[in-house]
Amino acid sequence: MSPLSTLTPLTVKKPSPARSRLRGGARYAPTLATVGLFIAMFAVGAGMYPSFLSGQVFLNLFIDNTFLIVLAVGMTFVILTGGIDLSVGAVVALSMMVSATLLQQGWNAGAVIVLVLLIGGGLGLLMGLIIQYFDIQPFIVTLAGMFLARGLCYVISLDSIPVTEGFFTGMAQAQIPLPGDLFVSPGVLLALGIVAIAFFVLHHTRFGRTVYAIGGSEHSAMLMGLPVKSTKILVYALSGLCSAVAGILFSFYSLSGYSLAAQGMELDAIAAVVIGGTLLTGGTGYVLGSVVGVLVLGIVQTFIAYDGTLSSWWTKIVIGGLLLVFILLQRLFARKAG
Amino acid sequence: MKSLLKHRLAWPVIALAALLLLNQIFRPDFLGLRMQDGHLYGSLVDIMRNGAPTILIALGMTLVIATRGIDLSVGAVVAIAGAASCAYIAASPDPGSPVTAATAVVIAVVAALALGVWNGFLVSTIGVQPIIATLVLMTAGRGIAQLITGGQIISVSNDHYKSIGAGYLFTLPISILITAAVFVLAAVLTRRTALGTLIEAVGINPVASRLAGLRSRNIIWIVYVFSAVCAAVAGLMISSNVTAADANNAGLYIEMDAILAVVIGGTSLAGGRYTLVGTVVGAFIIQTLTTTVYTLGIPPEVTLVFKALVVITVCLLQAPKARTLLSSLKAAPKPAAKEKVAI
Repeated sequence: MSPLSTLTPLTVKKPSPARSRLRGGARYAPTLATVGLFIAMFAVGAGMYPSFLSGQVFLNLFIDNTFLIVLAVGMTFVILTGGIDLSVGAVVALSMMVSATLLQQGWNAGAVIVLVLLIGGGLGLLMGLIIQYFDIQPFIVTLAGMFLARGLCYVISLDSIPVTEGFFTGMAQAQIPLPGDLFVSPGVLLALGIVAIAFFVLHHTRFGRTVYAIGGSEHSAMLMGLPVKSTKILVYALSGLCSAVAGILFSFYSLSGYSLAAQGMELDAIAAVVIGGTLLTGGTGYVLGSVVGVLVLGIVQTFIAYDGTLSSWWTKIVIGGLLLVFILLQRLFARKAG
Repeated sequence: MKSLLKHRLAWPVIALAALLLLNQIFRPDFLGLRMQDGHLYGSLVDIMRNGAPTILIALGMTLVIATRGIDLSVGAVVAIAGAASCAYIAASPDPGSPVTAATAVVIAVVAALALGVWNGFLVSTIGVQPIIATLVLMTAGRGIAQLITGGQIISVSNDHYKSIGAGYLFTLPISILITAAVFVLAAVLTRRTALGTLIEAVGINPVASRLAGLRSRNIIWIVYVFSAVCAAVAGLMISSNVTAADANNAGLYIEMDAILAVVIGGTSLAGGRYTLVGTVVGAFIIQTLTTTVYTLGIPPEVTLVFKALVVITVCLLQAPKARTLLSSLKAAPKPAAKEKVAI
């Protein structure tokens, strides 16, 4: 039994393999619903505001959410195993603080990036080791990780530190032109590259199959002789690494480090994964669904920016509402299949 | 002595005592209490007063966790309760009267009842995982609180309302008395009636307890409503102490502190076994830790790092695997040394 599912009061009946093969289409249903929702929201936006229907508005969804896409990729791996990682927002902030401080002291950009990746990945690895070897709930371990990372941010500095280093500012201003006067940022290409790698790893490697197997039933996976321990540890290391990458991308985007940055971003990442159709009990979901989940969150924000009369707090309420609709959908599918 | 050490409250109590002792060494008047203007003063009173909202929320959280649940929405409920009551007082024609203050309290509690029923509905009737069911309200709740306050910080001036968080009764802060009353109520209800056993039964095996004829749903419902009401009262304390409602920052991360208090106190997150006394000790540890950081002259921003280290140490000490490892080593002084390093 996965640690997260021990929190479930009523047993969530997983669809048995045979039944779900019979109803193969249902596996894609939550993700397809998300895609449908995204298209519908885009259409409504285009109907209300003529300028909404432009390629650049669509591309801006990616540009403004590169870091969230990368976070959601890592979170998808963790949630597929039935775990959860609450530390990602704090690790993003820590990565930003470390890079901003070291760049200010004249460090080389490449060295800073490597160090930040090591810190993020190392912290994730440490949390994975504690979760696996001491059998403590991921929820609590990553919560402690969140406190640790956020605390280290405060220790480094309470003030916002600007980034003026050449490579970072260059990445912030760079635009990659696309046909039709459109452009994306280099960060978007990096994020999409990570999504592609994640897609390949999840669906075409032994590691990916083990991730799904653990989420389906950790005990069965163990009995089948799959490397459950190392896979679970690696998944948290991967999530930490993704958080570090997201932190660097966020530094490109905001050109500063601030210890209060990325507050609550872990919730956005979890929401994106859930809206993207991944079951929180683990075992079912797609990394591409999580990307669409991020785009849905992005379009809610765009809507509110376009409307002008709606205040920022409506974003939170709408995201909460969407989250509700999608978990209810998940329950419906789980019940039908089970 | 050995059997005392094996008691499940032993480590949390030792940790708390060590923390208090550490403070006493660095500030000799730390444990002292004195009367001034008919009020009791002292660091211990301060710790209790500042920790009151966390203790309250942690008490509610303990019962929720005992049913294998978790309530992430308490911070949002704190914000909503503060926002609703302050918005009512600010808009009423007679903002200073006791009736206005009482109505504001009732509004906050009724709102919390509704929110608790909502959480309980998602968990017990729809069967959503608690962590996700309450995530909905955690995400949307702060937005709702901002909606109520219009994105502003609403200041109120009502002496009766202010006394909830900053007033004194019988020489003691009222917030401490309220918290003590809720603790006694929860302890009596769960330890002197069958309710506590029922909660444990649901936590150990929800299906079996339902098959045995327990109304698991109603029990799950009760704990979420209790948790939300505790959060609302804490929200009233916080907003009345600063006589303002801040939808963005009131109760920020308080759910994390409350969960930590519960875990440090020795309640298992896997449900079924819980201790209210342990939770109170856990909340004191967290609050004392914050005070210790100030006493030792460490920059306050390090508090979070300390919290993280203490949490991990206590969790490791309580993890069955770590315990078997320790007992196989048969080295009694070792865990004590480890504890000290973390503090």
